Amino acid sequence: MEGIRIDQNIDLRGVSCPLNYVRTKLKLEEMEAGKILEILLDDGEPIVNVPRSAKEDGHKILGIEQIDGYFKVLVRKSNSTTGGLE
Amino acid sequence: MSLNDIQIERYSRQILLPQVGGKGQEKLLAAKVLIIGAGGLGSPVASYLAGAGVGTLGIVDSDTVELCNLHRQMIYSSDDIGKKKAIAAQARLERVNPDIKIVPYVLRLTSENIMEVIKEYDIVVDGSDNFPTRYLVNDACVLAKKTLVFGAFFRYEGQAMVIKPGEGPCLRCMFPEPPPPGLVPSCQEAGVLGALAGVIGLIQATETLKLILGIGEPLIGKFILFDALEMGLTRLDVRRDGNCPVCSEKSTIKGLVDYEEFCGLKSSSLETSL
Repeated sequence: MEGIRIDQNIDLRGVSCPLNYVRTKLKLEEMEAGKILEILLDDGEPIVNVPRSAKEDGHKILGIEQIDGYFKVLVRKSNSTTGGLE
Repeated sequence: MSLNDIQIERYSRQILLPQVGGKGQEKLLAAKVLIIGAGGLGSPVASYLAGAGVGTLGIVDSDTVELCNLHRQMIYSSDDIGKKKAIAAQARLERVNPDIKIVPYVLRLTSENIMEVIKEYDIVVDGSDNFPTRYLVNDACVLAKKTLVFGAFFRYEGQAMVIKPGEGPCLRCMFPEPPPPGLVPSCQEAGVLGALAGVIGLIQATETLKLILGIGEPLIGKFILFDALEMGLTRLDVRRDGNCPVCSEKSTIKGLVDYEEFCGLKSSSLETSL
């Protein structure tokens, strides 16, 4: 994940499912297609569910990196998502 | 407009939906819906639209809550008996969702006041229980070009349709005139299964949310017939009538008609909403 330019970030540590994905989705809605979002997530359900939901909504997971007890996920916003009204 | 933390949590299960998201929620919060009749249909419609965060809900009803309403009008409790329905509904809905605005109208709609009331709203939901009001609401919505979500029920059967003036048929395309007074028993005389009112009201609520969000296929020109005993749902394709007395180019009705005035129905039977 070195060298990837991050456009936006959101720290969702301590936010439980599914509110963490709701916040991810709202953040992605504000961004232009192709932009990169960095998400910080807790271990357990969040790191399983949030990347999966992002993929289901059509976004691209560029990488997942484990850092002391939490995860950093990079997501590229898709051109056409089913995640919300355009 | 951007959603605050409480709104994000309150509407989270809806924001998660494909085709809703934050932008859809903002559309709902910006929407203004008028519910005519806070009875068997109006109760579920108002409850679910309030829950969904439809930003402004107008509620028209001149009646008071009666004990015999409570088997189907779930928005009220026994404590509300004797209160004006529009006011009791407002109190209940504000507890369900303090995030939205409820506007009660304790009045009977007539040809004199209906245009003034509906002009503030994007969508009108008909939850009335009598033909004079249904035809008045239909004609007013056609004249004002407001989308109308029609619903009605009788004993074990219900009906629903979306009337979008200019795009699909209106009530008069199917039934040009109301039935003569006395031919059709009123709900008060006929009886009704309370849960049926919920089914039809929720079809209306669902259609209203779809219209606001601009998703799915609205029930324009599709007349739903629901039979609770058979648990059967029939969807009839209905076309506009080129000779419709109100919505066609050959329309003969240019103003609004107060049917009750010459129908001679008892005012008590007209003022009770389902």
